[in-house]
Amino acid sequence: MQNSDILITILRFITLVLLQVLILNHINFMGFVNPYVYVLFILIFPLNGNKSLLIFLSFLLGITIDIFSDSGGVHAAASVFIAFIRPYILKFAFGVSYEYNMVKLNKVPFTERMTYIVVLVLVHHFLLFSLEIFSLSHILLILKSTLFSGIFSTVVILCLLLLFSRKSS
Amino acid sequence: MFGVLFVFSIGLTVRTHSFHKSKFVSSANMISGNIYAVKSEITDYFGLQKENEKLLNENIRLRKLVESYKELTPIPPLDSVAIPSSFVFYSARVINNNYSKTKNNITINKGAGDSIAIDMGVISSKGLVGIINSVSQNYATVQSILNTKSQINAKLKNSEHFGSLVWDTKDPNVVQLIDVPRLAPVVVGDTIVTGGKSTIFPKGILIGTIKDFSIEADANYYDLNIQLFNDMTNLKHVYMIKNNRAEEIITLEKQIEDAEQ
Repeated sequence: MQNSDILITILRFITLVLLQVLILNHINFMGFVNPYVYVLFILIFPLNGNKSLLIFLSFLLGITIDIFSDSGGVHAAASVFIAFIRPYILKFAFGVSYEYNMVKLNKVPFTERMTYIVVLVLVHHFLLFSLEIFSLSHILLILKSTLFSGIFSTVVILCLLLLFSRKSS
Repeated sequence: MFGVLFVFSIGLTVRTHSFHKSKFVSSANMISGNIYAVKSEITDYFGLQKENEKLLNENIRLRKLVESYKELTPIPPLDSVAIPSSFVFYSARVINNNYSKTKNNITINKGAGDSIAIDMGVISSKGLVGIINSVSQNYATVQSILNTKSQINAKLKNSEHFGSLVWDTKDPNVVQLIDVPRLAPVVVGDTIVTGGKSTIFPKGILIGTIKDFSIEADANYYDLNIQLFNDMTNLKHVYMIKNNRAEEIITLEKQIEDAEQ
């Protein structure tokens, strides 16, 4: 990674954490729906970047969110997990072109990008809520939270991507 | 790498499911505490008027109480020496509040440096809030009554029948009182207060009113829905209660338990 890339990654990390804990954790749309937008960090981490570094950074990101929201290690666990499965999801969503390192997130067809985001967000949220609620008898609550928060997160993530995508030159 | 970090975070998660293990991961640390403090300093301005009104109302209530005590006959009750020394109150400001999860915690701006300790009770001007579950030098977190781990002893105001206060995660302003014996005179609208059977809360702190209740045909216990007096979604100032006699009571009870074994 270039120096500027490192700087951008650090800035993105801090901005997303602050955005998440100061604003998004308190939205409580319809009483319980909060978007967890910090996964954006994992989604747009350079696709050909170092995988161990990504897993470590995801852990750091998750544990920071956990510290702020007093939730033990649930965000850390969910983040580490999606960082781990990200290569497989990338292959699943973008097919062969990923293997040739040709994918740029803002240049792929919309449906492929959407699949990638939705799958990772849903996996992350499902794991997050299962660990947080931690009881099989509340499986409906887990599924409901996953679905609603997942939709909310996806919408916000798509908006952020649109806002901050660089113009393709 | 993945395995180690994943297992570590699951471990942290499991730890938080038990109350008395001290937490490493809690918002009562220096960095997050300070960030939350700055944030609440900014956002608190938006609720100042309402907050003033609340405090005024409480002042009026307390003033009335003082007046009514003045009118009492000046004969001191037999145990009057004991009452003032047993409970000590501290005040704090809420700097972070959750109510939409299943295990909610509140962060406040007082900590060990202000003689706040784990297991102190927390109330607001309107009623019960929770119990301190971790402290740092300058901040502390409160296990809210809106937490599936929370279980607090509570009773009907006009009888001595008691039960446990729990939360079913559905509504942030409705909690459940379970295991109330069938004999208890339960009426919708009656007031529920703390029971004073634990060393954390004194007896008679307001909690809420009975919203509705149910009992199975052959069960011996009522399940009550309690509408809280507190608006748990809008907390600013809270009071911590320290029971100076807690240690004595706990040691005594422990001695008996040990002797019976």
